[in-house]
Amino acid sequence: MGLSYEESKKVVVKGLILLGVVTVVEVIIALFGNGHIVEGLRLSRWIMYPLMIGLSMYKAYFIVYEFMHMRYEVKGLAMSVLLPTLLLVWAIIAFFQEGNSWNERRQQILDKNKKEIGYLAPPDIPVKEIGRI
Amino acid sequence: MASDTALHEEEVLSGQDAWSGGKRPFKASYGKLMMWYFLLSDAFTFAGFLIAYGAMRFSMPTWPVPDFVFSTAPFGIHDAPLIFVTFMTFVLIVSSVTMVRAVQEGHRENKRGVIYWMFLTILGGATFLGCQAWEWTTLIKGEGVTVTKNPFSNHFESGVYLSGDDLKQAGFIEKEIDHGHHGDAHAHDDHGHDDHAHGEEGAHHANTHYYLRPGAIDIPENRYYAKMDHYGKSFAGEAFESNTPYLITYHHNTGSYEYGAYKSDGDGQIRKEEYGPKAFGALFFFITGFHGFHVLSGVAFLLIIMVNVASGLYVKRKNGYEMVEKIGLYWHFVDLVWVFVFLVFYLL
Repeated sequence: MGLSYEESKKVVVKGLILLGVVTVVEVIIALFGNGHIVEGLRLSRWIMYPLMIGLSMYKAYFIVYEFMHMRYEVKGLAMSVLLPTLLLVWAIIAFFQEGNSWNERRQQILDKNKKEIGYLAPPDIPVKEIGRI
Repeated sequence: MASDTALHEEEVLSGQDAWSGGKRPFKASYGKLMMWYFLLSDAFTFAGFLIAYGAMRFSMPTWPVPDFVFSTAPFGIHDAPLIFVTFMTFVLIVSSVTMVRAVQEGHRENKRGVIYWMFLTILGGATFLGCQAWEWTTLIKGEGVTVTKNPFSNHFESGVYLSGDDLKQAGFIEKEIDHGHHGDAHAHDDHGHDDHAHGEEGAHHANTHYYLRPGAIDIPENRYYAKMDHYGKSFAGEAFESNTPYLITYHHNTGSYEYGAYKSDGDGQIRKEEYGPKAFGALFFFITGFHGFHVLSGVAFLLIIMVNVASGLYVKRKNGYEMVEKIGLYWHFVDLVWVFVFLVFYLL
């Protein structure tokens, strides 16, 4: 513990207010952006999503560093736990890209199925009668 | 040889040798360090599930809109988007805060304080689980979402909902069966949604099956229904834009979800609402269930450790109630995961 008892009690109150306010702000962004607060007014996803993701990352940082005391641990411990999570950055990019690709492929197949295809007999090859079995 | 051995013994005695014990890597105890690494591996498990959710969502042309799906709360409240789940988030935050207080009292070797704050934490965890049980029940029984079925979706074109009379006029009705008793539709009418009219017509639609003339249009199922929600509100004549979220038509007689009919603005054809992507229900129940299971086991461990605290077990250990600190790490992690579950399922 790097803090005195009184100081750490203050951190707790600060944490409660901070996490509560950030959560309320996130929900307000979601409701406002989807037109629930002001009728007919919507925000672009490109504004809403980065804001909400950023605020959630801040909440996560606060929980790990203050509530879980990562700030007061030895740097080696912090790095051995935090650095491996960076691998997830690539997992997110790769799998979201993959998911998007499934969607595009499916759409491509649906579009192609709609196209009308005429049949052309191959030239110079006599077409034989096919008998019924 | 002899001098080497002597040197080695000297190292052991002076505690210089790394293998002689008494050294703490990262200045943390074994238990605490291993709790951190367990949480790291658990974080990867949750990340795998949430990334799977993201990949599935990216792969679908439509996806249920969270502020439409999660808009009910207890005491008959509906059309209140995200309010109940925000309350659940607060419960978890508060229980995380009381856990920090329990750990702090542990550092002061204050047994009564530890028990008091741990008890509040357990209450918070149990409240969260109760809320989740209510949320699941509403989704499964009230709104028909299951692991294999998802009645929530978005319109892919604009159109107008049709009434039973519209369907008759269009010649799509083969026969009509009026069930007569109006009990079910009116049972839901007391919840104070006064902006919707519930005249004779509403009750009429709620109790009538409409059968489609076979082969009339290119719909595989030969029956469909006038649009109605599970509160008894009739949508007949109401227009909607493309991308508007909807919950599939609820039929009060059969108590099941059916295909509601609408007229497309584009080509004027009569079509039915479709089910939404199946993966939504499976992912929702699996991921929030896995988190709920973490909360449940957290509450169980908190109870065990609280009993141990009360019995004075950790007083004898004289390590500042380190066990409370370890379960505290786990409990904060459960809150941490909820931050991301909340973001992914309810906000985005």
